Amino acid sequence: MSNIIELSDICKRYFIGMPNELEVLHGVSVSVKDGEFVSIVGESGSGKSTLMNIIGALDRPTEGGYLLGGVDVGALTQNELSQLRKKEIGFVFQTFNLVGRITARANVEMPMTYARTSKRERAERAEHLLGLVGMGDRQKHKPNELSGGQKQRVAIARAMANDPDIILADEPTGALDSETGKMVMAIFRDLNKNHGKTIVLVTHSLTLAAQTDRIITLKDGVVVGERAGGAAEEMEGAGL
Amino acid sequence: MRFADNFLEAIGSLRTNKMRSILTMLGVIIGITAVIAIMTIGSSMQGYLEDSMSGFGINNITVSLQSKNDEGPAFRVSAFPSGGGIKDDDLMTDEMLSDLKAQYPDEIKAFSISESVGQGQTVKGEAYANLALSGVNPEYATANSLTMARGRFISASDEDSRRRLAVVSDKLVSNMFGEENPLGKELTVQTQGHIDIYTIVGVYEYDDGGLTALMGASTSSDYDTSTDVYIPLSVAQRVNNSHGYQSFTIVAETGVNSTTFGAQAEAFLGRYYSRNEDYGISAFSMESIVEEVTSMLSTMSLAIAAIAAISLLVGGIGVMNIMMVSITERTREIGTRKAIGATNAEIRTQFIVEAVVICIVGGIIGIILGSILGAVGASLLEFPARASVTSILVSVGVSMAIGLFFGFYPANKAAKLDPIDALRYE
Ligand SMILES: Nc1ncnc2c1ncn2[C@@H]1O[C@H](COP(=O)(O)OP(=O)(O)O)[C@@H](O)[C@H]1O
Ligand SMILES: [Mg+2]
Repeated sequence: MSNIIELSDICKRYFIGMPNELEVLHGVSVSVKDGEFVSIVGESGSGKSTLMNIIGALDRPTEGGYLLGGVDVGALTQNELSQLRKKEIGFVFQTFNLVGRITARANVEMPMTYARTSKRERAERAEHLLGLVGMGDRQKHKPNELSGGQKQRVAIARAMANDPDIILADEPTGALDSETGKMVMAIFRDLNKNHGKTIVLVTHSLTLAAQTDRIITLKDGVVVGERAGGAAEEMEGAGL
Repeated sequence: MRFADNFLEAIGSLRTNKMRSILTMLGVIIGITAVIAIMTIGSSMQGYLEDSMSGFGINNITVSLQSKNDEGPAFRVSAFPSGGGIKDDDLMTDEMLSDLKAQYPDEIKAFSISESVGQGQTVKGEAYANLALSGVNPEYATANSLTMARGRFISASDEDSRRRLAVVSDKLVSNMFGEENPLGKELTVQTQGHIDIYTIVGVYEYDDGGLTALMGASTSSDYDTSTDVYIPLSVAQRVNNSHGYQSFTIVAETGVNSTTFGAQAEAFLGRYYSRNEDYGISAFSMESIVEEVTSMLSTMSLAIAAIAAISLLVGGIGVMNIMMVSITERTREIGTRKAIGATNAEIRTQFIVEAVVICIVGGIIGIILGSILGAVGASLLEFPARASVTSILVSVGVSMAIGLFFGFYPANKAAKLDPIDALRYE
């Protein structure tokens, strides 16, 4: 299987006042295979979100190379990055980030409006996706009429809207109780197993990380461990 | 994103914050309402004037004696009643008229002359009619666009024979004769100091939409409205014992600029009065009145435009302010949209469309309110209301332009937000 994501020696520095520059990622190299389900774990502030934003083409690395599906992301223009985010990547955030004034279905349709999908196709696909995440009966509900777990399921449906190859989820269960978190995790596993999505998941929960194919551990901006997923006990050794 | 989607999104976001949207629109609404209301009144007034003037003949130039001693009015509606201190040798003569015609044969089509005998009444049993008795020459009918309903107008041979004939209005006929044929009937006319009998030879169609009504003359009931009774000029001169004219009307050939030619005629006839201590000549044309009214209206429009511009500027700044607030509130939404693939241009368009929609909705509300106010205003001033189509179209355009102009800066700010900063925004 080919690598869909290839990060090599990624550095990210923030410039906060001239002499002080803060290096958040120190030469991170990570590859993700097409169809793989990878989790990234690490302490708060270790640079997980920074890395995810780079993978998601929301942010550019200060140094290092990034190939996404063989394309050199560093060489793309702003508009090309937008196209990439629209077609190749689906984001799932910790805080859902649904637009509050519109219905669940309209939220799912939103990425498709940017892809200029026809109104009818949009409606059909949004209905289908909401069904897939078990929200078929909540199409017309607005986000404030939904529970946290329900909101996150709508957000996952939105991430799937333009049928991207990659889904990036930055602590998607962080704001949910563990039971709801398990349900959300089940959806990701389904998307990975049955829909062929490559998924990169940032999580604090060892139980959830253990359910993925591979676990990457980040510490202070450096990859300190990489191991295959499996039982939760394995993680104890990594100091988590 | 397609335009229709942008538009629907904009409507949706305005509806979530109805009160705020309406308050934001208020500046635009007030500005556009004011403009449309006043333009509607102006347009109604102009339409009314044009209708009135068209009956009067735009090519007519009225020449009249003007006292050199007092500040008389710039023009007089009709010839003054005889004996108002004017001596016989002050009056304009046939000789002057033929000199004028000889000097300007290509400009002058005809002279229309009228001489007032006075206000009066005709009574028969219960029936009566108020009237104004005037002697006129045959050309008067064309110069004043009189339409004959029955019979004929005063002819040249009537002038020569000095017969006591009269042309009356259909209104007078319905007062006095009802359905009976009035032609050949006798009409007893009482004016100050005279009672005379005239034979009716013609009936003209009375038009109450004329300039006399505009000048606010008739407030009386329809039955009492005074109409003109025309008799031969020669007869009127004999009754008045006058031998010249206080005023007459030049019917100019088509294509002649009556304002310019009026001035020439005034100068030409003025020479006969250069040594007259009491009287001079004054000429005016309907065209010059129309020009005056039009320039008055356009001055008014300019003043309105200035007021509107200020109000719309304030409205526009209000829109800009609210857009800034709205964009700050929706920072995370903007970040999310960027994360799911919106380009900077699409974000910019979204917020510009939102600003334009606010302004256009405000503009349309303003147009509706302004048209209602304008129509009410016009009817209070007793003009038939006429919408000002240009100002409606211009208003829609201006609202759109305000939205574009004042929406651009906030929208551009939104477009340039860094997606990560926007997503982190608390
Ligand atoms: N815009 C920024 N400017 C300066 N420092 C930043 C910025 N964004 C993140 N950081 C720093 O980078 C480090 C890594 O942050 P982040 O990637 O969010 O960690 P994690 O997601 O693992 O908790 C943190 O120390 C944080 O303070
Ligand atoms: Mg984080």
